[in-house]
Amino acid sequence: MTISHFSAVILFSLFTSIVFGITQRAEPKMMVKFGAFCFVLFVGATIAASWAMYFIKH
Amino acid sequence: MKENYPLTVGDKGLTEVSATGTSPTLALLAGWLIPGAGHLLLGKWIRGLLIAVSVLGMFAIGIALQGKVYLPNTGEPLDMLGFAGDLGSGLLYGLARLLGWGQAPVLTAIADYGGKFIVVAGLLNVVAAVDAHSLASGRKRS
Repeated sequence: MTISHFSAVILFSLFTSIVFGITQRAEPKMMVKFGAFCFVLFVGATIAASWAMYFIKH
Repeated sequence: MKENYPLTVGDKGLTEVSATGTSPTLALLAGWLIPGAGHLLLGKWIRGLLIAVSVLGMFAIGIALQGKVYLPNTGEPLDMLGFAGDLGSGLLYGLARLLGWGQAPVLTAIADYGGKFIVVAGLLNVVAAVDAHSLASGRKRS
């Protein structure tokens, strides 16, 4: 099996955010909010780091 | 907190039980050995299934990407840390070792991702098992 780097980021962020949401908050509504926050942060930070590396190289 | 651990007298003496009747230690061990089982024992079906799907999904993707399954006692500190992470998957790690899943040498970047998926699956499983323990002991409200 091969997946693209972006697919790997999405899958990693999705699964990790689900567990973080469930374990780090007590109320279901807050779990969803925190999970979504973690997902956006994971993906956003990866994209930002990718662009940073691009500009460092070029 | 100790006051949250009601004590009952059973055949084997004093035993810790939660308000749900499940021992925090049992919830911790079940959650470690089988992803999501700690929450399922406590009747948290949706959380248990989501944790099971997440941990099993990450582990399966890691294996499918031919990620490295770490072995104990290789002498390399990073390998030992990887082994500790892998061990968090409980029975999944035992199954992987038993059936020879995963690759020892990392040959591609994607395979390296696979190894990380397997390690993080184990670490997430430990976090989930500790959460089940906190729920059973009453340290976490719900």
